Amino acid sequence: MNLGITAYSELNEKGLYKNGILLLANEGQEPFVPFAKEVYRFLNPVYSKFHKMDELCKLAFLATEALLSEDKISSNAEGADVALILGNRSSSIASDLQHLESYRDSSNYFPSPAVFVYTLPNIMLGEICIRHQVTGENSCFLMQAPDGRFLYRYVQHLFEQEAYQQCITGWVDYKAGNYKACLFLVEKAAVNKPVLRKFDYDFI
Amino acid sequence: MNIYSVADNIISPLGSSTEENFVAMLRGQRGVQKIEAGHLFPEALYAAYAGDLLQEPLEEEEAERANWKAYTRLEKGFIRSIAAVLRTVPGINKQRLVLVISSTKGNIDLIGREGTGAVGAERIELPAMAQAINSFFKLPHAPVVVSNACISGVSAVLVARKLISMGLCDHALVAGGDLLDKFILSGFQCLKAISEEPCRPYDADRKGINLGEAVGTMLISNDPALNTNKDAFSLIAGGGQSNDANHISGPSRTGKGLKIAVGNALKSAGLAGKELGYINAHGTATLFNDEMEAIAFSDLDLQELPLNSLKGYFGHTLGAAGVVESIITIRQLNRGLLLQSPGYASSGVSRSLNVLQENQQAHRLQYALKTVSGFGGCNAAVIYGKA
Repeated sequence: MNLGITAYSELNEKGLYKNGILLLANEGQEPFVPFAKEVYRFLNPVYSKFHKMDELCKLAFLATEALLSEDKISSNAEGADVALILGNRSSSIASDLQHLESYRDSSNYFPSPAVFVYTLPNIMLGEICIRHQVTGENSCFLMQAPDGRFLYRYVQHLFEQEAYQQCITGWVDYKAGNYKACLFLVEKAAVNKPVLRKFDYDFI
Repeated sequence: MNIYSVADNIISPLGSSTEENFVAMLRGQRGVQKIEAGHLFPEALYAAYAGDLLQEPLEEEEAERANWKAYTRLEKGFIRSIAAVLRTVPGINKQRLVLVISSTKGNIDLIGREGTGAVGAERIELPAMAQAINSFFKLPHAPVVVSNACISGVSAVLVARKLISMGLCDHALVAGGDLLDKFILSGFQCLKAISEEPCRPYDADRKGINLGEAVGTMLISNDPALNTNKDAFSLIAGGGQSNDANHISGPSRTGKGLKIAVGNALKSAGLAGKELGYINAHGTATLFNDEMEAIAFSDLDLQELPLNSLKGYFGHTLGAAGVVESIITIRQLNRGLLLQSPGYASSGVSRSLNVLQENQQAHRLQYALKTVSGFGGCNAAVIYGKA
């Protein structure tokens, strides 16, 4: 099956990019949290749940907002026809460390549901699914580095064997202030949208 | 292409082989026990703790090859479980074998430590943990790691099935494991999700979950000739995965996502709901999970099928749950014996379900449905068939 990338986005320490074009530079070289706030204001999704999210989810959320800003999940694809397949290395380590601080000292014991619910890497997929009403397969694969070969073959198989219409795939990782999200909207090449990049082993 | 589960192993508080576990369950033994206040957790609680079963040295000459100190408690459990499965297939071609690891928190007991002895601090990361296990067995291909909260185990089975049907490999070792650790206990406790007594899935008096720890391994393959134990042999007939798109820490009130996952599983298996004979459900014994499942199974017209939750035996074993419970599903299918669902006396869900109150003969079973749901709003379903 001939698949193509119809949109892609990247959020890293330098800025926010859509389809290879810089949308917002991190001119002040701000750390993630203040820069994420700037990106949020720039994209202006008006979504109050954003402010409750941990760093990993904010990163995934903002990159997805940029990815889908003009190409909302196309109207003819139902939520169940859309899959979400992400790679990640560091799991939810930032929230894990925050949860650790809340229970390791029994004289200062204060675990919080608001932190604990973010101590899984697939929560970022859940946040994306809620925001964009994606109800298809969502899988989080942990890997040392982005494995384009694996993600390409897996996503290709989803289209061929399970009749998915769209897939958001890519890499989202956050650890100790270092971060990178790069996401791709993959669709059948026949749709009425220009293919911006080839979807192949080297897509990521 | 038919894809099968051909061999399996479970290490849990009930034993360190599938047969030991299944026999204990048939006798009504529970892995969930009262654990006194102490090093595991400051308060007494009900949970399934596997103790040294996870880390006893390996049998045979493998023990000499292994530098056992170089592995964490969970890694030792994975290695023991995988070694038990590999012993049944001595001639397997490792060039065509991939390891698929399912875990939510991996070596979470390493968090906040600088590394312990021969184990480096980097093993807190799931890919590093998986690589350590992969290297022990000298497997030539990189491991695949699935971390989809409580559905990880069933996800991993479905990923293995895809890897084989994609032609990436002929065999996949699916190993699921998680620890009973203060990190997880303190978290579920602050969610007020832990029961202070043995859990009671679907019961009117259910008060939440018991946590547990276990490791389970299944060998999934396109070669049925690898099977040497009929009880462990099953067709993976179909599967599906979905998201509720509703809430990150609570299930959909309508069972929407679970219905999509079961619907996709039936469709991919080419089966109608009425061809199923039994459901091994998620049944965590939280108010919301069990209610959501009851609505979904009822809407799918599966409410009359005999159903159990195995959480009363194993506790909720997180990343191991989907694997361990799949293995026991396959045992029940092949033995024609369904297990009592522990803790159930009277219905506490709004739709009627056929929850098993005692062990039951079921010789005509052909297909069984296994479902799971988890944080992040994810759901998965897999159908096992008698092979």
